[in-house]
Amino acid sequence: MSVEILTIFIFVLSIFIGIELIFKVPAMLHTPLMSGTNAIHGIILLGGMLVLAGADGALERVAGFVAVVFGAANVFGGFMVTDRMLQMFKRRK
Amino acid sequence: MSTLPAITFLLASVLFILGIKLLGSPKTARLGNLMAAAGMIIALLATLPLMHGPLGAAVPGINATLMVIGILAGLGIGAYGAYSVKMTAMPQMVALFNGAGGGAAALVAALEFAKQGGETQAEWITLAMLFATLIGAVSFSGSIIAFLKLEGKFEKPLTYPGQQFGNAALFIAMIALGVKLAGATHAPAALIGFLVFALAFGVLMVLPIGGADMPVVISLLNSFTGLAVAADGFAISNIAMIIAGTLVGSSGTLLTLFMCQAMNRPVTNVIFGAFGKAVKNEAGAADVGGTVKPIQADEAALLMSIAQHVVIVPGYGLAVAQAQHQVRELADELGKRGVEVSYAIHPVAGRMPGHMNVLLAEASVPYDQLVEMEAINPQMDRVDVCLVIGANDVVNPAAHEDKTSPIFGMPIIEAEKARAVIVLKRSMGKGFAGIENHLFFRDNCRMLFGDAKASLQALVAGVKES
Repeated sequence: MSVEILTIFIFVLSIFIGIELIFKVPAMLHTPLMSGTNAIHGIILLGGMLVLAGADGALERVAGFVAVVFGAANVFGGFMVTDRMLQMFKRRK
Repeated sequence: MSTLPAITFLLASVLFILGIKLLGSPKTARLGNLMAAAGMIIALLATLPLMHGPLGAAVPGINATLMVIGILAGLGIGAYGAYSVKMTAMPQMVALFNGAGGGAAALVAALEFAKQGGETQAEWITLAMLFATLIGAVSFSGSIIAFLKLEGKFEKPLTYPGQQFGNAALFIAMIALGVKLAGATHAPAALIGFLVFALAFGVLMVLPIGGADMPVVISLLNSFTGLAVAADGFAISNIAMIIAGTLVGSSGTLLTLFMCQAMNRPVTNVIFGAFGKAVKNEAGAADVGGTVKPIQADEAALLMSIAQHVVIVPGYGLAVAQAQHQVRELADELGKRGVEVSYAIHPVAGRMPGHMNVLLAEASVPYDQLVEMEAINPQMDRVDVCLVIGANDVVNPAAHEDKTSPIFGMPIIEAEKARAVIVLKRSMGKGFAGIENHLFFRDNCRMLFGDAKASLQALVAGVKES
């Protein structure tokens, strides 16, 4: 089996894991969950870093730089705002 | 991929999966978020040795400098946004972060496409790049419109004749351009055109959708960004991006469906903006019968202090009045007098599912006092006083009784079944759906008019005296 086929395996299995993971989440956690998964797709920062590293010429550098700024805002802001929300969930003392 | 980065990416993916899993329970949610964040840091560190400059050379100094500046700038923007935002405006913030991610995904894909063109790669890799460009750009512009709508700018659905036809035409033009691009080697003009079309499509897609549906839109765009990131992962063969993006894409799609379910509306209904049309027949629902009966704060306070079980139904009006702390104070005072107090939370109370829980948590209401709609409704006929604060549509019995009502079929909190209902309300204005509330005309219902915060303060004072 080629590497490409294996990545498609991973892709399809990940779809099912994603569905399974949130199947029985109570509605009270939907907002933090949306915010938390929003932070996880901030992994695009990694893609931004890779293309900026290989950028050549002004246009590519500008686009790559913007991608890194956006990606970093997504990932850091996303995790921080989720944490801020969740630290408030407390049980009765 | 050599072994070390592969193993670190595997570790990061496991942390993402565990993180999402733990986010599903209030006890472990915070740990889950931190776990996913740890996975992210590991993935970022593992990427550093993978980077190389143009044509496989070492990374040029200028690129490295730009990268450090870019990461710090993004960190600063993200931290400022995350810590400065008021909890009532939290959905907007999530929309902006999501838009940023979508924009980054589109740029990464477009850059990679510009570099490799349609020639060196397998066809489906080219398709993945174009898909990521398209979906990422739609998510970017769509999120910005969603943000503006939640901020109260052009909140009303914007519709015009031939709109769906126009959108369909734009979509077809976009696909045609994409097909042309897929066969081209170097076509920067067509690529930029493709990006512009996708951005325009994102704007036009969200404009006709009403402000009340924005949470669903944000959730949908969140899963779009996830899919775009996964496609980017294919384009630059990065397995961590494929896994993380796909997890978000599939869980986000399911979450979107859950939200629609809570509002009893098919997802197509939301996306094609049927709510806007439903609002227009508000004039028809005028004669409800019965009269509205006001109540004074001291009387209401007395009623509650002699009750056994009081249920509080909070709505977005409560959050707007910033009165969460007064509610908790009232609940504490009642608790001291032996009254059992619980909060009934409608799944879409606030601006997003679970938003009300966050807002009450901010006022340190313990989460085990919060009861979900399905759990409270069967007990409602044994409740002495149901206190409705700034909620409207979610307690409207028209959803059960009036087949012509636009909210007919939506699950509601059955406040009308309680022995007495007290509604705190600024005026007789209508709720988000723009319809008359049958509850206010019931015999067991009393209205306490005024600003929610002031009314609650009066209630607290009244309970203390009793």
